[in-house]
Amino acid sequence: MSENETADEIIICQDVCKWFGDFQALKDCSLRVKAQEVVVIIGPSGSGKSTFIRCINRLEEHQAGDIIVDGIPLTRDVRNIEQIRSEAGMVFQQFNLFPHLTVLENITLAPIQVRKMKKEEAQETAMGLLNRVGIPEQADKHPGQLSGGQQQRVAIARSLAMSPKIMLFDEPTSALDPEMIKEVLDVMQELAESGMTMLVVTHEMGFAREVADRIVFMDAGEIVEVGTPEHFFTNAQHDRTKLFLSQIL
Amino acid sequence: MTTAAETPSDRSVLPITERYALLGWLRRNLFSDLFNSLLTLVALVFIFTIARILLRWAFVTAEWGVIPANFNLIMRGQYPAAEAWRLWLVIYLLGAVAGVTWRLISGQFSGAARVLIAIPFVLMLIPFFSMGTRLNLFITAVASAAGYYIEGYLPIQRRGRAAVYFILAYLVIMLLLLRGVGAEEGPMPPVSPILWGGLLLSLLLAFFGITLSFPLGVALALGRQSKLPAIRVMSVIYIEFIRGVPLISLLFMGQVMLQLFLPDGFPLVDRVLRALVAITLFSAAYTAENVRGGLQSIPRGQYEAAQALGLSAYQSTINIILPQALRAVIPVLVGQFISLFKDTTLVALVGIFDLLGIARTILANPDWLGTQQEVYAIIAVLFWIFSYSMSYASRRLERRLGVGVR
Repeated sequence: MSENETADEIIICQDVCKWFGDFQALKDCSLRVKAQEVVVIIGPSGSGKSTFIRCINRLEEHQAGDIIVDGIPLTRDVRNIEQIRSEAGMVFQQFNLFPHLTVLENITLAPIQVRKMKKEEAQETAMGLLNRVGIPEQADKHPGQLSGGQQQRVAIARSLAMSPKIMLFDEPTSALDPEMIKEVLDVMQELAESGMTMLVVTHEMGFAREVADRIVFMDAGEIVEVGTPEHFFTNAQHDRTKLFLSQIL
Repeated sequence: MTTAAETPSDRSVLPITERYALLGWLRRNLFSDLFNSLLTLVALVFIFTIARILLRWAFVTAEWGVIPANFNLIMRGQYPAAEAWRLWLVIYLLGAVAGVTWRLISGQFSGAARVLIAIPFVLMLIPFFSMGTRLNLFITAVASAAGYYIEGYLPIQRRGRAAVYFILAYLVIMLLLLRGVGAEEGPMPPVSPILWGGLLLSLLLAFFGITLSFPLGVALALGRQSKLPAIRVMSVIYIEFIRGVPLISLLFMGQVMLQLFLPDGFPLVDRVLRALVAITLFSAAYTAENVRGGLQSIPRGQYEAAQALGLSAYQSTINIILPQALRAVIPVLVGQFISLFKDTTLVALVGIFDLLGIARTILANPDWLGTQQEVYAIIAVLFWIFSYSMSYASRRLERRLGVGVR
């Protein structure tokens, strides 16, 4: 990827600040993500990682700074917000599938409602995505009948059904039993290799090392250090980064 | 696997108390120890005494003559006898709609469908019914079967929509039949709702009270959660005002004050409709609070997932939030609807002759002095039948929708 272009920067965050009451959760966070780049955000819990990516699709509202997603500035304008949300898929720690709908209905709901896609077409796309995440046989079950790993793969398929340009992952494997983490990470890796722009909050260092183009380290609401995985795991500059790495590796 | 064969033979035989389900059940539940056995005996004596008194009253003392003599009054109030055929037509069509609905719900000829067809035949056994009544009941059973097969004839994908059309058409036809159309001398002269009464009126008040208050209640519940302060404050004021007032005072207010709120020249709203408005407004406030409970049980993640997919607030409410919230509160909602049904008896106090009002007129007739026990017992049984049916239907609905098994 070329370094000089700004045109292919799909997410631009400039000096983003966010307060919860008096507590400042994000302090002047700036990050630019290029199209097709995979950026992994790591850091101790409470460091603002989740808050940061939740600001990008306005699940949290930032109070200062600018966020521009695919050329659309994130403002109070509801049309902008809904446009950004349909371009940016999000996968949650708790899956958040819709329990009253079948797997297939979970995936086709947004394409039919938001993109006004025909039902048959949406179902065809959904089956293709279920094949891609490896569970086509679960299409007619309800989420409650699936294992955690399967549910998270459905959640990924659900986001992909909107053909997003960006995927945001908020600790996608933290709620999973250990034996199910790999099946979800495999899907994410395949997605990264297919050229999806991804912003991933995770504690999976193996995934970060192998898949990330860049790693962002956050602590106490600040972006402390940004670098390639090699740089990060062998040659971290900052004391806070070194301390964190020494605790988890 | 050979070791299993070596177990002593007396161990491979079930104990006698387990072999016969009833015996085992009795032992476990009623005679598990001395104290339990004593309690069982005391309870048996008590039940036997009460049952003896009740049965003796029902079969020996009671003068049941009052019921057949006033049966039409209990069923339809002052509705003119000459127009009774319209009510039967309404019942035939109800049978047909029930058949359609049952087909839609059960899919095949299940036990429930048999029960539905059996109801008219069971009613035909009531001893004092005339041959005409029996014939009408038979036609109703035929109509049920017809509705059931017509719905089955449709392709599965169209059944849901067809059933909705059938029900809507039924409601329109029912109201036309009841009220009548055309001139006084025509084939279907108008019958003022003031003349509707008895079971007919109680069921109509309950049905329209429920179906009208439900959407209003859902709207109020959503309004109470709205981000717009004006809507939220108005919803809260409405709900809290209505919940702070007894239904009977709303009924009186409806009778005397409703006309004052309507524009000048608005035709006079009849007594029954005024009562229905009061019941609907009252029930909506309670529905709103029940639905709000359901809305609050939806985890934040559901809203967030819907938002993250780009669904608008309206789309996520209709597709994600309400279906889950309503499912969660089916038991409370049905409980509330049952109490609404029983509360319709209060209209007797504002001069409307529902079941209870009719009972009071019968008892005021000198011919039937001293038959309070019989009349009130029958009224109670009628209320019980319909209340229990509602609660049974709700339990089936819960099971079907998998409430609580997620």
